[in-house]
Parts: sequence; structure tokens; C-alpha cells
Amino acid sequence: MRLLLSESLVLFLSLAYFLLLAPFTPGLASYGNLKNVFSNMLPLLVVGIGQTYVLIGGGIDLSVTSIIALSSVVGGILMNSQNGVLAGTSWAVPVGVLVMLLVGIILGLLNGMAITRLTMPPFIVTLTAMMFFGGFAIWLTQSQNIRNLPAGFTALGKGYWLGIPLSLLVTVLLAALAHLLLSRSLLGRWLYATGLNARAAEVSGVPIKTVILWSYMVSGFCASAASILYTGRLETASPVLGQRIFLDVIGAAVIGGTSLFGGKGRISWTVFGVLFISLLDNSLNLLGLSNFMILMVKGTVILIAAVLDALRVRQA
Amino acid sequence: MILFECESISKSFIGSTVLQDIGFSLEAGQVLGIVGENGAGKSTLMNILGGVLEADTGQMRLLGESYAPKNPAEASARGIAFIHQELNLFTNLSVSENLFITSFPRRRIAGIGLIHRTRLREAASRLLDLVELPLDPEILVERLSLGERQLVEIAKALSVDARLIIFDEPTTSLTSRESTRLFAIIERLCAERRSVVYISHVLDDVLRLADHVLVLRDGEIVGRGPKSQFELGQLVTLMVGRQIEQLYPPRCSVPSPEVALELKEVSQPGIIENISFHLHKGEILGIAGLMGSGRSELARIVFGLETHARGTILLNGKPLPPRSPKECVRRGIAFLTENRREEGLLMDWDIARNLALVQAPFYARGPARLIRDAALLERVAGTAGKVRLDPSILQGMAVKALSGGNQQKVVLGKWLVGNPAVYLLDEPTRGIDVGTRYEVYRIINQLAFTGTALLVISSEIEELMGLCDRILVMCRGEIAASFEREQFDREAILRSALWNSHEFSSG
Repeated sequence: MRLLLSESLVLFLSLAYFLLLAPFTPGLASYGNLKNVFSNMLPLLVVGIGQTYVLIGGGIDLSVTSIIALSSVVGGILMNSQNGVLAGTSWAVPVGVLVMLLVGIILGLLNGMAITRLTMPPFIVTLTAMMFFGGFAIWLTQSQNIRNLPAGFTALGKGYWLGIPLSLLVTVLLAALAHLLLSRSLLGRWLYATGLNARAAEVSGVPIKTVILWSYMVSGFCASAASILYTGRLETASPVLGQRIFLDVIGAAVIGGTSLFGGKGRISWTVFGVLFISLLDNSLNLLGLSNFMILMVKGTVILIAAVLDALRVRQA
Repeated sequence: MILFECESISKSFIGSTVLQDIGFSLEAGQVLGIVGENGAGKSTLMNILGGVLEADTGQMRLLGESYAPKNPAEASARGIAFIHQELNLFTNLSVSENLFITSFPRRRIAGIGLIHRTRLREAASRLLDLVELPLDPEILVERLSLGERQLVEIAKALSVDARLIIFDEPTTSLTSRESTRLFAIIERLCAERRSVVYISHVLDDVLRLADHVLVLRDGEIVGRGPKSQFELGQLVTLMVGRQIEQLYPPRCSVPSPEVALELKEVSQPGIIENISFHLHKGEILGIAGLMGSGRSELARIVFGLETHARGTILLNGKPLPPRSPKECVRRGIAFLTENRREEGLLMDWDIARNLALVQAPFYARGPARLIRDAALLERVAGTAGKVRLDPSILQGMAVKALSGGNQQKVVLGKWLVGNPAVYLLDEPTRGIDVGTRYEVYRIINQLAFTGTALLVISSEIEELMGLCDRILVMCRGEIAASFEREQFDREAILRSALWNSHEFSSG
């Protein structure tokens, strides 16, 4: 039981899983494949960081995939070299990136406002946001992908700096910053307090509405940052970008050990969770399982993680 | 006839002994009073009786038969009812549903077992009559006062025809009138040859009700016998193991003429009406009143937890913004909640983190507002010393594992970390033992001495009389009377609290 409740359990599980499967799974341990696993992991991790913030605050953000999609197509509409609004200008990339991030922050703000000002449940607010903005992204582009993105932009997703992938650099930086804020800053402390017991936090002078609003803005920001990495890597802005990872985002956070009941979670846990789910995805693919089977396995694993979460809460 | 007896009961948790060699017997129709400080082992002993915990050693006998309940359901089936300090009612269900939650009267319609609503209602009404609670059984529990909920809990115990009823701190949330009603019920239960175990910090009540008294200290029996053998001071000495000369430490300061907090005609329809008063620096101002008189709501409105429709609240002459506890904290107002479990503490956090929560903003630096943990921890450790919390348990142990008294020290301590100019203390000594009580009083006096203004809300009039410079009495949302220290008179205060209320004519 002690091992089951240990904080690094998921990391050990990932390693054990890898070692166990590597001999039977063709190509799992190859350099090319591992590189692929890690580069797949990065955008997912960036979204997961935002989700971790929201979950710790006692909420949930189902709208991240639509934020990714909308942010992606807005960036594409601005920057593409065929008929982009900013096509050809020298500041197309910095402005495009800023606007993409802004899209995420604003959508997060809208989510947070609806939840704190109208006191609506996060589930329904972010679910409807997912539907609305997902639809909006498709309508904007008439369901077309946008190609011909400037090289300066795609470099963010697939470029290198001193031999290090830029996307890795961005992700590590974001994760480190997110970890620092969560563990050391006032807002981080307030976020845990709010998620654990909002009433007690409020009585202690914690501005719970601001804290919750802020957590959704972080989630929106992270989703749009992930959108930049995805869009850059695929060299395509797509209105359905990110739909595939809808389940993985919350799944990864929960597998890592972040509590759906609020008040508990860590960035490092989410890193482990994302690692695990990415490995699982990849290895099952290599083993030749169909997509439906992979979904079934993932669903089972996430369920087990959620059961463990419930057990931990009950034990506490 | 001996109804219940036990001998050499011992229990330890992870190596530390909580109960050692406990034995007593209880006759049918008698009340056994159990007293002791928080952490003395009273609750553990009762949890063993009630089937919540199992004893490590020892035997129990109920009506001569061996009794070793594996779970609360078995205890209940054997006729032992346990009324917990923390009420176990479903607030989203009706009174009648709560009363029969495990034994709904049923009828079958087309083979489907349905709840027999009419019979449920009748049975519930009968039980409510037994506890003299004139309520519609269909009313939701969330709409009842804490006192009424307590009586519902008692009615529930009566529904299973209990032979032994355990009351754990039943009066903490009752008004004095409701307490009197409870005592009458207990006397009637005894007349029906049922037995009662009565645990309370209110020693007067124990001496009034109990036939026998059992005094626990550190898990051992340090005194036992018919109540005629005991008097109040001696009980206290036995409980704490040392002499407490006075219950209230002497005041050594007088209020300053300077006003710290002023309320001008503050009203919120249906809650409080035209409340105006001045709270001076260095003053301890008491608020007396029955439950539902608006005394707690008043403090919550001042602290910005609830809204008010009219009137102004001035701190040092400047108006406070509405609905902003954060701003109140920033400007130096402290609010000690009466509900420490749900509003006072983050139960999963350790003492240090709980203590640090309020002051954290003042230790946050830079654009990222990083908390200077080392400095904050040092500050917090100093405060922990002031409220006499064991420094070895500050970190790493969740506060939910602490005794009620230590928890209350944490709730008070987290405000002491800063130096608020005004304290709003709602029931600062609820459910804590004599020793901790004295500590709390000492801290309150010390604060007043340093010029802090304190508003103390309490349902114990004696406490207010021992502590305060002035007492305001609230009744139905209004200030009904004001007493200066030299005018303090228990009866007069009580009368004002009942003034103009229907309770006065009937009680």
C-alpha cells in the first residue's frame, strides 16, 4: 500500500512497463521511436500543466482541446504566406504567437468568469466552451487545414537550438516555471488552499474567486502554448487539432496522482503521468493493436488511477 | 440491576497508549458523567462502546452477556445509541427521512418496495414529540438550527429503542433553553430505566445530571464515585492534574477611548437590524444572544463573508469595502470562526502551513510573489510557542490528527501570526477543555493589554462575564441591551436575550 501511495509510483511504473515490454515490442527501444515518444509528449505535457493547475483548484477544464484548435487556426489565418493577414511582414511570427497565446488566455478568462461570477459548475462551463469554440474553429476555416506557415514559426515546433529541440526547451522552461509558481508563490499556496477547502480559504483571507479565475487563465495559456508547438510541428493549422488528446490530458494528470477532488497535485506528477500515457499509447501502437483496443486499455488505466485517487482521499 | 459493565479496557494507537485499564459499571436508569480534558481518552472509550473501535484488551458486558461490537450497527442492534459531537444528519433530506434512514416503513405496490409516506410521517411526529420538538417532519434538516438538529439526533436514538444512550458534548451547540429541554429529556429517559453516559466540558451540567462521575486524565481513571463526592473545583483539579486558581485570568488593562471599529446602523433584512456600536482599542466587547439572534451573522457581515443591505462599517474611521474578507485581513481584522472543521482549518495541511496561510501575502516578494518560506516559518514557530503548541508537531502532521483543543489553538494562532488590530472571535472556546480554555482567555487578555480590540461572541454568559469589559445582548437581530462590567448580572443578560421573544413567555 505504501508503494501504491508513493509519489514517484508512476515513474517507476513507466520504467517497469518499458523494461517489461521492450523485449517483445519491435522498435520500442529504438532511438527513433523514443525520440518520437518524447516529442509527442511535449505538447501534451504543456496542456497537462494547465490542467494540473485547474484540478488542484478543485475544477476541471474540458475546453483545452478547443482552445488548442481555435488558437491554431487563428495563428494560421494570421501568418500563412498565401492569404494571411500578416503575410510577408517581418513581425508576422512574433505577433502571430502573441495573438495565439492571447486567444488561450482570453478563453481561459471567459471560462473563469463564468465559473466565478455566475457560480456555474466548471464541468458544464468548460464542456459548453469546448463545443462552442471547437465549432467556431471549424466554421472559421470551413473545415480546411491552413498550410504554408512561416519557417520562423514552424521552427518552434520542430527546430533546434544548439542541438536541443526548441519545443523541448520551451516545455522544460514552462514546466520549471509552473513548478516554481505552484510550490513557492503566493498564488500557488492559495490555489492548494482553495482546492482543499474553499470556505476555510476564504475565511483566511484568500481571494478564492481570483485564484480560480487565474487557474483557468493558466490552463488557457498552456493550451495555446501547446497549440503553438503542435501547429509548428505539423506545419499546419488545423481546426480539429488536439481532439485526439482530449482524454489523454485529464487522464495523464489523474494517472500522475493529481486529485480530481482538488487540493492535491504536482507538476512532476503530471510529467510522470504524461510519460506513462505516451509510452502506453506508443507501445500499444507498435504491438499492432487497433485504435479501439488502445482506447479500451487507456480507459482502463485511467479508471484504475481514478480509483487509487478515491482510495487516497478516503484514507486521508 | 447493572445494565453495563466493563473492565480493564486498554487501547493504544501506533504505540501510544490512549486508554489504560478502564473499568466501570452503570446501573439501569442512571446517568454516568464522564469528564476529562481533550485528549484524555473520553471519545476513544465511547467509540469502543459504540462499536467504532475495538479495544486491545478488556471485557464488556451488557445485561450480563458478553458484549464486543464489531461495528456501530451491531452496537445499535444491542441497544446502544451514540450521539456524536459532530452531528451525522443528512442535511439534504427531511427530518423524517433522517429519523428512519435505516428502517423506512415500507409497503409493496405491484411488487416494488416503496416508502410508506404516511406511516413515516406519523412515526416521525411521535418521535419528535418525545423530544418536544414541534416541527413538520417533512422539513429539510438544512433549515434547522444546530440545536434543533441535536434534538433530531436524539430522536433518532430513541427510534431504535436504545437502552444505553451516549451523549458526547451534546450542549456545545445548544442555547441554554435547549439545554434545559435536553436535561428534562435525559431525566425522562432515566425514569424509563434507560441509562445514559454523558460526556461534557460543562462541569456544572455534569454535576447536575449525573448520578456517578468518572474523571479521565491521559487515558486513566483518576477519580470515580457518586456525584456527592465531587465539587466543581475538585473536578477541575483532577482533570488537569494541577490546581487552576481561577477560571478567568485577571484583567490588567482598561480600554482606551480611541475607537477601532464602528458600526453605523448596519442592517440586513431578516438577519440583523440597525446595529450600531463602537469597539474601542484595548476593549473586550462581548456579544450575548440566543442561537439565531444574529450574533454570528453580525461578525460574518463585518468580516465581509456575508452582505449587508444598509449601514456602514468603519475601521479606524475608514469605511470597509463590502464583501471582501481579503481586504479585511489586509487592514488588520481577524475572524475566528465558530466552525473550525469546515471553515477554520485546512484539515490535510500541517500546523505550520495552516498557521502561515493568513500571513503568506505579507511574505510574498517579487513579481512572481514567491513566499519567503524560511522567514515565514520562523515567524510561525514563534506564534506556535505563544499558543503553547508542541514545536515538534508543527510540520509533517495533518491537523486533523490533533485534539480539538490543539486545533483551536491553531485557528487562533493563524491570526496571531500577524498583528491584527481587531479580532472577531465567534465561540472561541467551543468544545475545548479547561486547560486550553484558560490559555485562550490568557491570550485574549494579553491582546487587550497591547491595545487590540476584541469582539467576543459566546453562548456562555459566564464566559462573557468573566472576560469582557462590556456586553451587548442581541435578540432577533437587534441589540436589546448593553451592560457595563459593574452591571453584569447573569439573569438580566439572559432576560434581555429573551426579550420580546416568544421563547420568553413559554420558557
